[in-house]
Amino acid sequence: MLQMKPFEYIAASSVDDAVRALGSRADARVLAGGTDLIVQLKSGRREAELVVDVKRIPELTAIAMDADGLRLGAAAACIHIAANRDVRTHYPALAEVAALIGGTAIQGRASIGGNLCNAAPSADAVPLLIALSARARVAGPDGRREIAVEDFCIAPGKNALAPGEFLVDVFIPKPASGTRAKYLRFIPRNEMDIAVAGVGVAATVVDGKITMARLALASVAPTPLFVREVGGALEGQAPSAALIEQAAALAQAAARPISDMRAPADYRRHICGVLSRRALSAVLG
Amino acid sequence: MTLNGEPVEFLAEPRQTLLECLRDTLHLTGTKEGCGDGNCGSCCVTLDGNLVTSCLVLGVEAQGRSVTTIEGIARGNDLHPLQKAFIEHAALQCGICTPGFIVAAKALLDAEPAADEERIRLWLANNLCRCTGYDKIVRAVQAAAKEMR
Repeated sequence: MLQMKPFEYIAASSVDDAVRALGSRADARVLAGGTDLIVQLKSGRREAELVVDVKRIPELTAIAMDADGLRLGAAAACIHIAANRDVRTHYPALAEVAALIGGTAIQGRASIGGNLCNAAPSADAVPLLIALSARARVAGPDGRREIAVEDFCIAPGKNALAPGEFLVDVFIPKPASGTRAKYLRFIPRNEMDIAVAGVGVAATVVDGKITMARLALASVAPTPLFVREVGGALEGQAPSAALIEQAAALAQAAARPISDMRAPADYRRHICGVLSRRALSAVLG
Repeated sequence: MTLNGEPVEFLAEPRQTLLECLRDTLHLTGTKEGCGDGNCGSCCVTLDGNLVTSCLVLGVEAQGRSVTTIEGIARGNDLHPLQKAFIEHAALQCGICTPGFIVAAKALLDAEPAADEERIRLWLANNLCRCTGYDKIVRAVQAAAKEMR
């Protein structure tokens, strides 16, 4: 049996309580769903003197919609996100992606906040969050601040949180009328696999003109990759097959994948073009 | 915590998983350890009604929560329709994955009594069986679903 090294445990009851606990040890780790952290502690890839469970903080598990948008508590489990009525109504692509990460028993624990903090290049939720202009809202010893999700992941497994900071929630602005979003990935199996490549897109079309378009890629760079130039190419234009082709080519050109056991770089680049075209067609078609 | 409907108290080190606590401290050995990292599903239990792999839950996290294991599925000597269907359809060989499959399938049928074959297969994709080839398991879950409706 894989046993973890000893650590102390605190179930924080408020954001301030968690900030205090995280500041009390150099090697303190936040526990949300545990589907990454506990695996890492078992394998010895990470060590912790103190594990701070944030699931007893009401704000951290809340899924709350108001006129401005959606606040997704950092520890809200994927199964609750996928089933939430507001998420399904206003962010159907987010409900889909929450039902795509891992398998059923993983979704019972894993959170989209954890998917973001783990900062894997292949994180399925992150390209879609970037496309939806989401902002990570964090708390730490110096108070609270916001980080645009496209700036949150800085290297494989590394995020922009300063020492002692943790993710409180992800805020996703309410999409303008006429907005559609989509995440597509390619995996060699039918389910429960890591993306060879993935594409998240969101676009708004008003009176036949594209007023907003954002696209981000998974698994083709050291971090989830925001392809800003796709917006520049699409905004102000009327959707057409030729325009989608042009935007997909920009996404493909931005990809800078590596070759590994999952796929060679050329193949990943090709898949980026195909998925970008399909995802853009889905939201602009 | 509440375990299979009954209050229980136990001590755990923070580093002990819920799986270790169930098996080694509470001596409920129906829940099995397979991979220990959330891939195989043989340690599935429900935690406040949500299906989870107990190898990726700390025992201390379960404080004040409600846990249901394979031992809480039958009512006394009356097997649950899923348990009867697994026997009837020979949906097991070595049996190590079976508790996880039954706990996972029950969580599905409790939430979605009308789940079809595709839904059952997708839901159970988090549970691995190295003996049966899955078909008999899926048939058993379909038969139990019909029985329960």
